[in-house]
Amino acid sequence: MRPFAYRRATDARAAVAALSEQPNAMYLGGGTNLVDLMRLGVVAPEALVDVTRVASDTVEETAGGGLLIGAGVRNSDLAAHPAVRRRYPMLAQAVLSGASGQIRNMATVGGNLLQRTRCSYFQDVSKPCNKRQPGSGCPAVEGDHRNLAIIGHSAACVATHPSDMAVALAALGTSVHVDGRRGVRQVTMPGLHRLPGDEPDRDTVLDPGDLITAVELPALPFAARSRYRKVRDRASFAFAVVSVAAALDVAGGVVRDCRIAFGGLAHVPWRARLAEEALRGSPATAAEFARAADAELARARPLPGNGFKVPLTRNVLVRTLTELAETP
Amino acid sequence: MTTTTPSSVGSGLDRVEGLDKVTGRARYAFEYSPRDLAYAVPVQAVVARGEIHAVDVDAVLKCPGVIAAIWYGNAPRLASDDGGELAVLQSPRVAYRGQYIGVVVAETLHDAREAAGLVRVEYAAERHDVELRADHPGLYRPEVVNPDFPADVEQGDPDAALAAAPIVVDAVYSTPAEHNNPMEPHATVAAWDGDGLTLHDSNQGASAVRDTVAALFGMPPANVRVISPHVGGGFGSKGLPHPHVVLAALAAKQVGRPVKLAVTRQQMFAVTGYRTPTIQRVRLGADAGGRLTAIVHEAFEQSSTVKEFAEQTTVPTRMMYAAPARRTTHRLVRLDVPTPSWMRAPGETPGMFALESAMDELAIACGLDPVELRIRNEPETDPESGLPFSSRNLVACLREGARRFGWAGRDPAPGVRRRGRLLVGTGVAASTYPVYRRPSQAGARAEPDGRFTVRIAAADIGTGARTVLTQIAADALRAPVDRVRVEIGDSALPTASLAGGSMGTASWGTAVVRACEALLEELDRRGGDLPVGGVEAGADTTEEIRGQRRFARHAFGAQFAEVGVDVDTGETRVLRLLGVFAAGRIVNPKTARSQLVGGMTMGVSMALLEESVMDREFGDYLNHDLAQYHVAACADVRDIEALWVEEDDPHLNPMGSKGIGEIGIVGTAAAIANAVHHATGVRIRDLPIRLDKLVR
Ligand SMILES: Cc1cc2nc3c(=O)[nH]c(=O)nc-3n(C[C@H](O)[C@H](O)[C@H](O)COP(=O)(O)OP(=O)(O)OC[C@H]3O[C@@H](n4cnc5c(N)ncnc54)[C@H](O)[C@@H]3O)c2cc1C
Ligand code: SF4
Repeated sequence: MRPFAYRRATDARAAVAALSEQPNAMYLGGGTNLVDLMRLGVVAPEALVDVTRVASDTVEETAGGGLLIGAGVRNSDLAAHPAVRRRYPMLAQAVLSGASGQIRNMATVGGNLLQRTRCSYFQDVSKPCNKRQPGSGCPAVEGDHRNLAIIGHSAACVATHPSDMAVALAALGTSVHVDGRRGVRQVTMPGLHRLPGDEPDRDTVLDPGDLITAVELPALPFAARSRYRKVRDRASFAFAVVSVAAALDVAGGVVRDCRIAFGGLAHVPWRARLAEEALRGSPATAAEFARAADAELARARPLPGNGFKVPLTRNVLVRTLTELAETP
Repeated sequence: MTTTTPSSVGSGLDRVEGLDKVTGRARYAFEYSPRDLAYAVPVQAVVARGEIHAVDVDAVLKCPGVIAAIWYGNAPRLASDDGGELAVLQSPRVAYRGQYIGVVVAETLHDAREAAGLVRVEYAAERHDVELRADHPGLYRPEVVNPDFPADVEQGDPDAALAAAPIVVDAVYSTPAEHNNPMEPHATVAAWDGDGLTLHDSNQGASAVRDTVAALFGMPPANVRVISPHVGGGFGSKGLPHPHVVLAALAAKQVGRPVKLAVTRQQMFAVTGYRTPTIQRVRLGADAGGRLTAIVHEAFEQSSTVKEFAEQTTVPTRMMYAAPARRTTHRLVRLDVPTPSWMRAPGETPGMFALESAMDELAIACGLDPVELRIRNEPETDPESGLPFSSRNLVACLREGARRFGWAGRDPAPGVRRRGRLLVGTGVAASTYPVYRRPSQAGARAEPDGRFTVRIAAADIGTGARTVLTQIAADALRAPVDRVRVEIGDSALPTASLAGGSMGTASWGTAVVRACEALLEELDRRGGDLPVGGVEAGADTTEEIRGQRRFARHAFGAQFAEVGVDVDTGETRVLRLLGVFAAGRIVNPKTARSQLVGGMTMGVSMALLEESVMDREFGDYLNHDLAQYHVAACADVRDIEALWVEEDDPHLNPMGSKGIGEIGIVGTAAAIANAVHHATGVRIRDLPIRLDKLVR
């Protein structure tokens, strides 16, 4: 077997130092994605640095009225946290809709954000894939891409980001705390993940060795009226075909503010800024919701096998916003 | 014996090996580790068609722990080589992507895996053809379809009858390739001892594996022993030995050590069989009263270039409904694809999806209730052979199902029922499965301590076979079940037919009853004088089965589905599913219900989810793991119930039973597709019914 070293980091600095010493090392969260990819031969790190203890596993109030969630918090704990459920229901629902109970018990916030695409070709090392092997080609464009991107993709890669949680975080405008070789910094979501362009091997803007230590949710009182709707083929234990995270602030029948992000459409959790803009100040009616969806989806460039995602996304957004508007 | 024991057959006895299974004491093939064991990991072709020129064996041998790297160039020759699926490493040809082209044997599984991943193979790749089409120039009529039915059958003049029919349904349906995914992957541990070979193997019939492997290695069957006490599911994919069994035996022979080989989930999608995709055209002609005047059912399907497997897709149409004119045909094309094989109710499952969907379309065309339409077309005798049915209670199932489901008063108008954001509809379809019985042998022994041991090389693949055989034996011996021990899953036991074709209980049960009867006679003759070593008697049912009267023997059922389709997303969920079956005497209601509900669950899965996606560029099934190949999860299975009607059929076997392992999946997909039509007004003729086909 191909041996690899395993060690458990004691604090963030030590973890970052460990990775800068050993370039072919990777952080290990719950391992639910990374270990699978190692088994498949997609990645072959020489060392794993377990960060489940250094990336804190606590959820704390911030001075600004938000929540600071340690990167080591398990998905199950995040979904069950009373403050998350009350103040950011879309986040709790998104996390709970992902994977299975067993996987959520293992999976961490940091690992969930950085999970890799589920594109079949990416996961099969006997086939070419630009993301796995830059320059080898993208068989998904001509091949099977039913579950892949309709927006923001490039000729080099049409993969989607599979995380449900990330969609809610992108909608909320979350700040990701990063500790790296150049010290600590914050990256705002959306903005952590990147579009494929001609570098599909880079999923995010992070540099090698960057450690996610926490995510910080902003104070966003109207997010208490929010929802995550995931469309999937199987009733559970399936990735989203399309999903929407939405929060709505309605006063007197008019949309004061809103947050919308889509999953299953793009290489990134897709924040629907055009739809948001179209809605702000508009009456909270189904017709306006449809107009907003169209504003966003005008940019969609579906592939031959996934055009159905356009009407699907539109319908799901209208439905979700309608339900939110009707929620007292 | 003077005490009378209440009948055990008919009681819901718990699985006799249940405790062993839940405590982990039951051992499966991969858990056997003979001394000096080595591990084998196959190397699979990454081209779909071509020839292997060279394999760099020396480089592999340098990898840590590697004992041998075997391919065509250095493999031992098999004694019998028909060039087929089991002629492993006997040719440099590659017939499909994923075919075994080599094997690495190493000290540990990790070493073998790592080295197998590094094997460099030089191919001359050729253009491949992996796409089934109804107009493929390579289509031909197979000699027979699985297992030995004529490919085409014609009665009357169906073309004239169709031309004259006032009402005609003419539609094309398709079902995708689907893969059996038993929980326990296929595994073999092979150990040679001189000329003798022992296999711990996960299969549906130890005797059949023994015979096949013995022939391949040119040995008498007695030299091969196949041990398979517990098997974690098969669904047909373990019915015939697949290439890994041969590969393990061959590797063990080459290295002179026992070898363990497990097929991974990903590998299974290429090497352990699957259900062929089908394209089916169905034409029904009927009079204004819905009486069928013509049935034409044509199926197009695929097999690999190394083995002809022709699924019997239109065979159920030969006996389901009365009609004076009928044609049923099968056309096969040999593609550069993995070899298809048995998957739960091969033939009936895809065939009845098409026929029962078409019947629903006919009911609508005639303005008739679909239950009533089926009742009107009930035949008196088997339409194909003219033989009487040994029993046929489809009508009773339809009526009882309709009553329990609340079918009466159903408004046939499609697309009009809303429950919140769901469109709701109901559908019905018929189920059927033939009743087979194959010769088997069994032994029964009275032990000195008053207990009995019954021995037969039957297989329990999770069905409850061991349990029902215990019940059958107990009744035949007039003894309580706790005094009867049934030994199965070992080819050293009396030879038995395999667990397939829903014929296990009938075939093995007959042999067990006869062996027990012979034992009681022997005990009688001895007048209670039991020697120290006990007394044994045996039976062979070959003559009995050959001599049985000719009847059309089939089980029937009716399935009723209620579905909800999300108006916004097209997501379809089965809200309720009820199956009512007529399957003779139910030997054990607990295990029977599991089989029927299990089959129906697999039917839900087929209807809504299952599809193996053929990648045209690479020529393999792309979604080769359980994260990508969706089978129904618990949340998809909301309210499924299986019931049965009393059926007393004296023309079957000593138990009066019909098989129940497969009928549950037959018709389910049609009932669901019919319900989706009722809910939405959209007729889905191509499975699976996924949301992209319904979203607007
Ligand atoms: C069968 C199956 C179904 C699934 N279904 C869904 C679904 O429906 N929806 C969904 O959203 N997800 C789904 N998942 C994915 C699951 O959510 C992810 O596997 C999980 O969230 C990853 O978290 P982890 O802690 O196990 O990450 P790991 O596997 O440990 O790591 C993932 C990646 O993140 C890196 N990493 C981990 N922690 C850090 C850190 N603190 N800083 C920097 N890098 C880090 C690792 O190096 C690795 O590259 C499914 C997974 C499986 C196996
Ligand atoms: S879509 Fe992206 S991940 Fe998939 S094959 Fe193409 S390059 Fe690879």
